[in-house]
Amino acid sequence: MGTVTELKYESPETAQAVVALLSGVGPMARIFAGGTDLLVQMHEELIEPTLLIDIKGIPETREIDVTADEIRIGAAVTGAELGEHQELKSRWPGIVEAVELIGSYQVQGRATIGGNLCNASPAADSVPALIAAAAKVIIAGPNGTREVPAEEFSVGPGRTCLAAGEFVTSIVLPKQNQRSGDAYLRFIPRTEMDIAVVGAGACVSLNDDGTCASARLALGAVAPTAKRVAAATDILQGNRLDDGVLAALAKAANDACAPIDDKRGTIEFRTKVAGVLACRAVKIAWQRAENR
Amino acid sequence: MANENSTTNYKWVGKRTRRPDGVDKVTGRARYGDDMTVPGMLYGKILRSPHAHAKILSIDTSKANALKGVKAVLTSAEIPDHPLSQPPYAPIINDMHDISRNVMARDKVLYDGHAVAAVAATSERIARQALKLIDVEYEVLPHVLDPLEAAGRAAPILHEDQFTYSADGLSDKPSNLFRSITGQRGDLDQGFAEADIIVEREFTSEPVHQGYIEPLACIATASEDNCVELWTTTQGHFVIRALCAKLLNMDLAKVRVTASEIGGGFGGKNTVYGEPVAIRLSQMTGRPVRMVMTRTEVFRASGPTVGSRTRIKIGARKDGTITAADAETWYQAGAFKGAPVGRAAETFFSSYTIKNARAVVHDVCVNRPKVAAYRAPGAPMAAYAAEGAINELASRLAMDPVDIRIKNAVREGDESLMGTKYGQIGLLDVLEKVKSHDHYSAPLGNNQGRGFALGYWMHGGGLSSVSAHLLDDGTVTVATGNPDIGGSRSSMRVMAAEELGVDIELIKPIVADTGSMGYSHLTAGSRTTFATGMAVIFAVREIIEKLRALAAKKWRLTIDQVTWEAGQAVASSSSRGGIQSLSLKELAAMATKMGGAIAGHSEINAGGAGAAFSAQLVDVEIDPETGFVTPLRYTVVQDVGRAISPDYVEGQMQGGAVQGIGWALNEAYIYDDQARLQNTGFLDYRMPVASDVPMIDTVLVEVPNPNHPYGVRGVGEPCLVSAPAAVANAVENAIGQTMSSLPLSPPKILKRIDEAQAAGG
Repeated sequence: MGTVTELKYESPETAQAVVALLSGVGPMARIFAGGTDLLVQMHEELIEPTLLIDIKGIPETREIDVTADEIRIGAAVTGAELGEHQELKSRWPGIVEAVELIGSYQVQGRATIGGNLCNASPAADSVPALIAAAAKVIIAGPNGTREVPAEEFSVGPGRTCLAAGEFVTSIVLPKQNQRSGDAYLRFIPRTEMDIAVVGAGACVSLNDDGTCASARLALGAVAPTAKRVAAATDILQGNRLDDGVLAALAKAANDACAPIDDKRGTIEFRTKVAGVLACRAVKIAWQRAENR
Repeated sequence: MANENSTTNYKWVGKRTRRPDGVDKVTGRARYGDDMTVPGMLYGKILRSPHAHAKILSIDTSKANALKGVKAVLTSAEIPDHPLSQPPYAPIINDMHDISRNVMARDKVLYDGHAVAAVAATSERIARQALKLIDVEYEVLPHVLDPLEAAGRAAPILHEDQFTYSADGLSDKPSNLFRSITGQRGDLDQGFAEADIIVEREFTSEPVHQGYIEPLACIATASEDNCVELWTTTQGHFVIRALCAKLLNMDLAKVRVTASEIGGGFGGKNTVYGEPVAIRLSQMTGRPVRMVMTRTEVFRASGPTVGSRTRIKIGARKDGTITAADAETWYQAGAFKGAPVGRAAETFFSSYTIKNARAVVHDVCVNRPKVAAYRAPGAPMAAYAAEGAINELASRLAMDPVDIRIKNAVREGDESLMGTKYGQIGLLDVLEKVKSHDHYSAPLGNNQGRGFALGYWMHGGGLSSVSAHLLDDGTVTVATGNPDIGGSRSSMRVMAAEELGVDIELIKPIVADTGSMGYSHLTAGSRTTFATGMAVIFAVREIIEKLRALAAKKWRLTIDQVTWEAGQAVASSSSRGGIQSLSLKELAAMATKMGGAIAGHSEINAGGAGAAFSAQLVDVEIDPETGFVTPLRYTVVQDVGRAISPDYVEGQMQGGAVQGIGWALNEAYIYDDQARLQNTGFLDYRMPVASDVPMIDTVLVEVPNPNHPYGVRGVGEPCLVSAPAAVANAVENAIGQTMSSLPLSPPKILKRIDEAQAAGG
């Protein structure tokens, strides 16, 4: 007579303890932060873990640490908490807007920035904004701590660069130039409660003469992972936002797309709208930099 | 919120009162299908087909049966079979042969999600595990999803025993086309010959789900003496009783069904899904069995409404007189026959006096879940085509879209295409009200467009039972057999208080189970406030009769010397010197000592529900770079007969508009190339959320229905009939291009804009 296996739950208080549990159980263990993706996947029987490791008991995963140089956001900080953080909102409004687009008000109270990253959806809203910001992902594992640029973290739909025994503890946003701004926009067929058909994150820094000092553009939902549009940096740097620059930017975004046809959008639509959103996001980021 | 023409003679009718179900709903105390538990209950789960069309070669349940905690495993062998129904067929077919196969596939699976086996276990987790241990061997067959394709010669056949039925009898070969309904009058050739202008269009619409927020759920408790108690979320527990008893060969009296509080239905909870399976599992185990569907199961296996492929041709003279109209449409019924073809033929041209007209509607089986009713079944997709064509006609004639409808509008005494004769109707009043509304002439900005459409629906009456009891403290219970979906408890209470002339808070409305009441048909077809409401009035009038008799006895008068006025029995002045009266409370206290408790009941088959019309104006703005549509302003003008509870009537009108917005813009089933459903949740089945819709303004036009004591008409359905057509018309107007295929999703709109730009338009 067969039997059904039980599901276990652990809530360690140190990163080392998490690493030990992960290393002991292997892939049947899952990290549990907000649970807004994990529990849904379990409910839909897409995954059937035997151990859930809750990381919210580890202080560093729950803190937002602001210094003159950088901002460190714990992996288990929720969207609602980010949205209430005035310093973060004023320095990185695009990132906060991106995280706040995830789910409903109720989901915002649970969903975490680390979870959005680790779920590794190509359409994750926070990721293009983090890539545009040149954020780094801090990873704890059996060999200690390492850091990875946000654009290198996901390696395919649902897949990350995390090795056995590793998990994300926090995300670090770098020091900004004086006149810089960021923005994130997504396209969905509704106004809320949906997943990006296209996402565009932009971060722009300006020179004193009003030309672009540096810029980064990233797109979501148009390739197996969110990706940086490197050509956009060259197009913008040293220039002003005129029609020619915007047209070149839209084309660079179109060219960077390698989307699929699926239930959320067509290749044709995603490619075209990626150019539209790229220009709109850069315009907003530029405006914010000017207003600094 | 205008509330026009309301008479002020009523004390409660037409007033905005506290809702009787409000406290339980806002506190979470209201018990929905999923909120019930019974001691000792087991968890039922259904194994579903991963194939759209396949033969079932074998099912091996031995491993599932061996799992610890599994108490029963069921296949179609445990569900009685029934013979195929034979012609002549009723307009609405409840074929037990089909229902038996829909609740549990017999020899073939006919859609992705079709039930093939079920288990009952001591926990949900064990039940889910057990499903994985059932081995089903399939022979996958070619599938067909499109009704036009399915009706063609080359299509894979779903049912080898289904033949096309027509006046000439049955076809020689099996066919996915079950039957075609035709409504016709006049001479089409002559009508089109008289036309100065002819519009020919094709329109398509996709199946859409009712999207009720509460998934299907039930608990069945069977006993050894062949009795069953069933708790379920349904629009009609008497219908559920009838279907379960008939399917499982049980006595009606031994099946007692209680309707839970219901979290929306919109027609989708008019039939059985898990109920017969739960009953059988309970009979097999001797324990209660609870069966709750997940949202994924609801999308894969419960009925949406039909999708349609329509060809339409309308001709008119230069002055706007429509001389001829011809429509042919293919409705996909899903896996089993029964698309709402009659109502579709009825709906196409029924708002207009067109001398020469025809509507042909085909009922076609495809490899999708069997369709269920959905708010004005069959009508919105017909109206989408007809209203779309008439809007184009108006545009090409440079005529005002409301004026062309006024010119052709039906009036009292006219007949619909299917022969329904109109009584007192409010169509012209509705159209005049639209023209005078400030929305109609409000300016539009860039990338904005305005849409207009008219919707018609012929309401249902039917069987309703009511049992009203005066209690000895002077309060009154009013029990009906109709689940309260759209505020019926409030309306019943208002009508009972109005008749009795007492405070509304003295009346307690109740939804009673099938063991306590006479037969009551579904809460559907916008019939409940009309038909069951009428039964409430009659039941309460019986109480009043008995109270007059009681007062007469007390005063030693005859009953005709006692009248009922403002909640009191009053002796007529001629019969006694001074004025004498007895209040409801005084009479209630006397009753048990003077003859017994006082009750009134009514069992009726209500006729004369009549037609109603809903006109809708909607403004949208299009983002020309993304195709995104923002509905900006929405106004629904509807003939509601008499609004018993205006808050609910407005809510119905707003809800119809919201469902229509979703239907028009984004809702669709998405299948992969194996016909497996890809969007089985609200994330990707895109119904509108609150932020997607503007405030929906409502204008209540009250042209009373003479067949109801207070003039009630149905209100829940006409407001959806016109909505998809109105929204689609607004999109066309905003982009200056025709579009003929719902949903008008951003990729389609963007493509149309780009094509038009490329063509230099």
